[in-house]
Amino acid sequence: MSEMPGDLLFTAEHEWLRREEDGSVTIGITDHAQGALGDLVYVELPELEQDLENGGEMAVVESVKAASDVYAPIAGTVVAVNEVLADDPEKINTDPYGDGWIVRIQPSGRIDEGALMSPDAYQQFVDELDE
Amino acid sequence: MGSSTPLFDKHIEAGARIVDFGGWNMPLHYGSQKQEHHAVRQNAGVFDVSHMTIVDLSGGRVREFLRYLLANDVAKLTEYGKALYTCMLNAEAGVIDDLLVYYISATQFRLIVNAATRDKDLAWIRDQGQAFGVTVDERADLAMVAVQGPNARDLAARCIAAQHRDSALALRSFHGMQAGDLFIARTGYTGEDGWEICLPGVAAPALWDNLLAAGVVPCGLGARDTLRLEAAMNLYGSDMDDVISPLEAGLEWTIAWEPDERDFIGRAALQALRDSGSRRRFVGLLLEDRGVLRNHQKVIVDGFGEGEITSGGYSPTIGKSIALARLPAGDYDHAQVVVRDKLLNVRIVSTPFVRNGQIRIDVEEKHDE
Repeated sequence: MSEMPGDLLFTAEHEWLRREEDGSVTIGITDHAQGALGDLVYVELPELEQDLENGGEMAVVESVKAASDVYAPIAGTVVAVNEVLADDPEKINTDPYGDGWIVRIQPSGRIDEGALMSPDAYQQFVDELDE
Repeated sequence: MGSSTPLFDKHIEAGARIVDFGGWNMPLHYGSQKQEHHAVRQNAGVFDVSHMTIVDLSGGRVREFLRYLLANDVAKLTEYGKALYTCMLNAEAGVIDDLLVYYISATQFRLIVNAATRDKDLAWIRDQGQAFGVTVDERADLAMVAVQGPNARDLAARCIAAQHRDSALALRSFHGMQAGDLFIARTGYTGEDGWEICLPGVAAPALWDNLLAAGVVPCGLGARDTLRLEAAMNLYGSDMDDVISPLEAGLEWTIAWEPDERDFIGRAALQALRDSGSRRRFVGLLLEDRGVLRNHQKVIVDGFGEGEITSGGYSPTIGKSIALARLPAGDYDHAQVVVRDKLLNVRIVSTPFVRNGQIRIDVEEKHDE
């Protein structure tokens, strides 16, 4: 299990968000999500400067098992993608909250934190799923 | 809740992620499917395949019955323990199941059929066997493990009774033998050397423990699927089913056309399809672009029509995506696959993709622009 950093926010779709100092937001999938997917073998990333709607398709992560869509948890513009994943998608398995980040977005509006979970709330959410 | 094999507690002990597979609680993987895959290609892995159905058939006319029931010809089997891979067809030449049949004696044979098709297989065999006075005995008391990989036989041999080791290691491919409580056969579903072992369910956990202690890696159904795909071994329900004939599933080699006078179920329909010349190709595909091929994706062959991927996935050995596909008749060696909203280039390659640890296809040949 990767340790869950305390400065992250989480969605019910098992994504994490981190607010950067420059106002952008880094997004990845959670340790629970990577565990459920299994070994990742391919990641389809969005284009730089692509505009994403909240809930729109942002990336596709493919494991040995299946392909899963990753939806944008906020609206905004893609300012960076993790190119390392093209050759080493397993970074998401080994370091989901660090080197396995997927996309960085410049939000187009205010982030509705009420729709996101704290680390504790997310942990409780996952524990209830496992029951 | 589903059924569990005698090894269920061992899977939990080994940290398995359990999934439902045809009504069975089976291990998908024990942490990393890719590592399990590589363990089988490079060393040795063990799979619990106790969910598979073992059926013993006996009777004075059992050989005659199986020559009628199966598309391959059990007349090829004349020595104790010899195995044959075959399809069991319906009258329309659709595949009811694929199976292994072992010769035990002139009046006794053992079949190993798929788990998901158990009920219809048993009903069909009992129904067809009535006229031949065949006794059908499902061996639900037996568990089954597959030990596979270049070191599998050597490591597994340490886990069986000493007096059987030499004869078990001397087994040739597709031969089996009884070794005390164990029935050991040199067969498998991975493209590697190894054994498949049937044994009483109560004895299975101890054998499992001994195999793991000997260094054999526990492997789940996930690795089993990527291994068999690399070996281009068909999966029932994906690559063929009740409405697909062996001729369109790459299994013509399993049909015994000779002798002409042998009447087996599905023969007339098979011959009609063979002679029609319009039958679809069943091929291996290598993805030349980035991405992953998956079951049921549409394949477009410019100028010939459309087909479908029947088994697709990522090949851990090759590091690219591969697939088996049923495509239109014709002479061509490139196609495109619809993946989400994109068209990806694939090349048709000869199968198997991987055998005995070696990549058998030309991975780097470039697509003609």
